[in-house]
Amino acid sequence: MNLTLRIWRQKGPEDKGRMVTYPVDDVSPDMSFLEMLDVLNERLILAGEDPVAFDHDCREGICGMCGLMINGDAHGPQRGTTACQLHMRQFKDGETIDIEPWRASAFPVVKDLVVNRSAFDKIIAAGGYVTAPTGSAPEAHSTPVAKANADAAFESAACIGCGACVAACPNGSGMLFTAAKLTQLSLLPQGQPERYTRVIGMVDAHDEAGFGGCTNAGECTPACPKGIPLNTIGRLNRDYLAATAKGANNTPGS
Amino acid sequence: MAVTGILLALFLIAHMLGNLKVFTGETSFDHYAHWLRDIGKPLLPGVWFLWILRTVLVVAVVAHIVAATVLARRARAARPVKYAHRKKVNGSYAARTMRWGGVIILLFVIYHLLDLTTGTLNPVGDASKPYGNVVADFAPERWYVTLFYTLAILAVGFHLRHGAFSAFRSLGQQTPRGERRARTAALIFAVLLCAGYLVVPFAVLTGLVS
Repeated sequence: MNLTLRIWRQKGPEDKGRMVTYPVDDVSPDMSFLEMLDVLNERLILAGEDPVAFDHDCREGICGMCGLMINGDAHGPQRGTTACQLHMRQFKDGETIDIEPWRASAFPVVKDLVVNRSAFDKIIAAGGYVTAPTGSAPEAHSTPVAKANADAAFESAACIGCGACVAACPNGSGMLFTAAKLTQLSLLPQGQPERYTRVIGMVDAHDEAGFGGCTNAGECTPACPKGIPLNTIGRLNRDYLAATAKGANNTPGS
Repeated sequence: MAVTGILLALFLIAHMLGNLKVFTGETSFDHYAHWLRDIGKPLLPGVWFLWILRTVLVVAVVAHIVAATVLARRARAARPVKYAHRKKVNGSYAARTMRWGGVIILLFVIYHLLDLTTGTLNPVGDASKPYGNVVADFAPERWYVTLFYTLAILAVGFHLRHGAFSAFRSLGQQTPRGERRARTAALIFAVLLCAGYLVVPFAVLTGLVS
């Protein structure tokens, strides 16, 4: 396959950045998208040019490091797939492919296609955990959990924190991520003691990080490589309403 | 957004049901229109009830616009650099047109008040003859008015289709099954409301109401 890539090049956080065109020949349809970028980088290095910086780690679709806006789709055209698991057979010979970093003020560009996603860590630090020391994993049946709750919590726990929801959102909102990280705890018994302080803390941290507000536009779920459902945000909304209406503060000792 | 939107949607239902009285004839429609000014009598003097209702609606509209502006400004600040290549829509068209749709609806409401409340832009403009105002408004030679009304009502329909669902969601609708129901309910509500509003100008246009 012969492709034309238009890639966002930005030397550093202060650089203005621009789209640069690179023709790439002899691409195998069996390559993953990142392998195709590796090929481009090897050629750039051989030619003495600066290779394109992009985030990647496991290349198995579970670590959440990779994240590219490919032709306007977060993680590319294939649904439920991270950019590393996307294969070049999804594209046509001769196609022009636009590759951009996630665009959000909360995710500043570090270099080229690499963005700083520490804003997500701040949301987690504001309550995305249980404070009780729980030790090693207990016997599975010692704490009964309703099947429906276990399934919904597991669905949320599948979030890999890649930031595709923010990238796809017309409002630049990170509400799907926040809701997923909240729901994986709020549906389980272990998450109940801090349920309402957690939701307020995480939503406040989300807003402070500079993410936009959710308008239920529904762009995030189709972009999510793990298919976190949109109704997860409804669970967050309900907890947030309950927390603010009651003035609930159920953190032990606070 | 959700609470003020629901107040405005309730008003839209009442307004549509009132409009449909145009099919009961001139006397009945005019009587209904005059009764609107007298609701609450004799407990409330004069047109007090109407003014209370108008105040509530204006407060709801202003609060709705303020909330929308805050969201729009946050969205703008959250994405300072735009994408060079942006897919139009993955979600729904209605959801992506809420902001500009809202602006169009606001402009329409201003025109609508000048047309059928104050009568300034109405060819008859006689407050004592609401039926006559409506019939003159949508006369076939004033087809452009009917066209504008139709476009505005369709904008309202799109706005409600996403708005009604979004209101349920904001107020805590949280299950996948409930989401399907909320989306269906919002769609049916939007279609019914559009039909209810559009039937009046088209009845006048086709001479069914004259």
